[in-house]
Amino acid sequence: MRRSKYLRPAHLENAGAGGVRLKTSAMIASIAGPDQRTKPAPFGHALVELAKTRPDIVGVTADLSKYTDLHVFAKAYPDRFYQMGMAEQVMISTAAGLAREGFTPFATTYAVFASRRAYDFIFMAIAEENLDVKIVCALPGLTTGYGPSHQATEDIAIFRGMPNLTIVDPCDAHEIEQAVPAIAAHKGPVYMRLLRGNVPLVLDEYGYSFELGKAKIIRGGNDVLIVSSGLMTMRALEAAKRLEADSIDVAVLHVPTIKPLDVETIRRECAKTGRMVIVAENHSIVGGLGEAVAAELMRSGIHPPAFRQIALPDAFLDAGALPTLHDRYGISTDAMTTSIKGWM
Amino acid sequence: MADAPGHIPNVSLAERAWRIRRNAVRMGEVQGQGYIAQALGVADVLAVSYFHALTYRPHEPEWEGRDRFLLSIGHYAIALYSALIEAGVLPDDELETYGGDDSRLPMSGMAAYTPGMEITGGSLGHGLGIAVGMALGLKRKQSKSFVYNLFSDGELDEGSTWEAAMAAGSYRLDNLIGIVDVNNMQADGPSTQVMNFEPLVPKFEAFGWHVQRVNGNDIAALVAAFDTARHSTVAKPRIVICDTKMAKGVPFLEERERNHFLRVEPEEWARALAVLDEGRPA
Repeated sequence: MRRSKYLRPAHLENAGAGGVRLKTSAMIASIAGPDQRTKPAPFGHALVELAKTRPDIVGVTADLSKYTDLHVFAKAYPDRFYQMGMAEQVMISTAAGLAREGFTPFATTYAVFASRRAYDFIFMAIAEENLDVKIVCALPGLTTGYGPSHQATEDIAIFRGMPNLTIVDPCDAHEIEQAVPAIAAHKGPVYMRLLRGNVPLVLDEYGYSFELGKAKIIRGGNDVLIVSSGLMTMRALEAAKRLEADSIDVAVLHVPTIKPLDVETIRRECAKTGRMVIVAENHSIVGGLGEAVAAELMRSGIHPPAFRQIALPDAFLDAGALPTLHDRYGISTDAMTTSIKGWM
Repeated sequence: MADAPGHIPNVSLAERAWRIRRNAVRMGEVQGQGYIAQALGVADVLAVSYFHALTYRPHEPEWEGRDRFLLSIGHYAIALYSALIEAGVLPDDELETYGGDDSRLPMSGMAAYTPGMEITGGSLGHGLGIAVGMALGLKRKQSKSFVYNLFSDGELDEGSTWEAAMAAGSYRLDNLIGIVDVNNMQADGPSTQVMNFEPLVPKFEAFGWHVQRVNGNDIAALVAAFDTARHSTVAKPRIVICDTKMAKGVPFLEERERNHFLRVEPEEWARALAVLDEGRPA
């Protein structure tokens, strides 16, 4: 339960309170930790690179080019960029119209606005026609402290029911760079969750390469299998390193394509005997990767010794500083490590 | 010209409209229902669109050089099928499949089903936005084609229509021609009572459009308005607001209690055809 708005913050009521207080980070702040390697605007730069050989690619936004890294493309190709104003419905309809005329639009906004505000337009004008529109959205899940207006905690739940739509949740800058040409080459609509700004760089160290529709083992392990997508894969890899100290051997299966799900790989990895399966996602526990994996295991008669979910609660989340919120809702590396130890 | 619009040559626009109305009544009879009042009301607009204004090839509906005609109002499909049959895009004998299993003519218009149907309508307030994207796309391709979007006065309630209207004005899309069928009737009653969208002319003018308002059942007025919309040199999107009469051409239906979904008794379809035939243009 959220604290009553008629109560002052607890620390102000405690005499002599001081110490470090975290601030709500700016909307455009990076999710990178202080010691993480990063790359700036990987989506924008990858799109510029791809556009050199793909004259059909155009950019469309609803007053959020700077906040989705599309401004990099807009600067490189001003005549291929369409600013539609703060109007997500016509942004999506315009992208549909451009696709009908043979172009491949990359349409950007925040995940909350694409999923909650433009759903019918994506469904009818794009997905029903299987048009080549790539919808790329910043602030997926809990990646801002601005509260529910900007926290897209249920975007995947909303979009999973849409036929024809491919859903991609990349982990880091390395994967975003590879996902851009891959989704552009795919025939049909794609929704991609985007990390923007200075984006952590992690998966290059693991020799990983993105393939649309493929889940991949990033590291092996005999005690626990973490099945994860998006930024939770980098958290899973950090947690796995820490758990080595407790002699807990953790494997990480990264599932960047949420739909269509790579059920073959998921079944194969979950069927390996003796491992607890934990699905970790930067999304509500309702309707995301966790439920998709659980349903697939039930359908296939695969029963791991235990099944757990690390996900956001089915609730309107708090505003505040992102590290505080990630701890509070169990998706920080610390919280995740503690949860896994408790389950062993 | 083997591929000229219309499979029967040398026919007046009034006769085209009459034949479109006839097709619509015949389709209504197939299903025993349909948005027949809308189809009869908009028949003159479609006759002028398909037999005066639009450039297209009946046997090559996806020809790149065509003008695009978008039907935002999916439930008006019966009207557009009637025009597409008259234009020779669809064969006349498919008329009897209207709304049936495996038909290419579903009750609500969808692009994947029907040659000549550019978009999937029905979820209202979509057409004008798609038209904006297509008009931008055509300009990118340096095409001379126009995008026409036929929408309804009920769709003026949708916020997305006004998002698109603002975008079209902002981008000065002079290759976009909007056609609004103002029959003043939507699902819950008279449109202006459901939500008052008037005054329309200054609204669209304020959004940066070139605006004309005409009697949508007056063929000469429609021809003049479409000519102006096509040949004007102002750098603005164009709109032709068409005031139409529901069920136009079949007086006993025109006088029936006005309703979004007009009730027609089984024996009345033949009577409606007979009334139309009596009024066949000379």
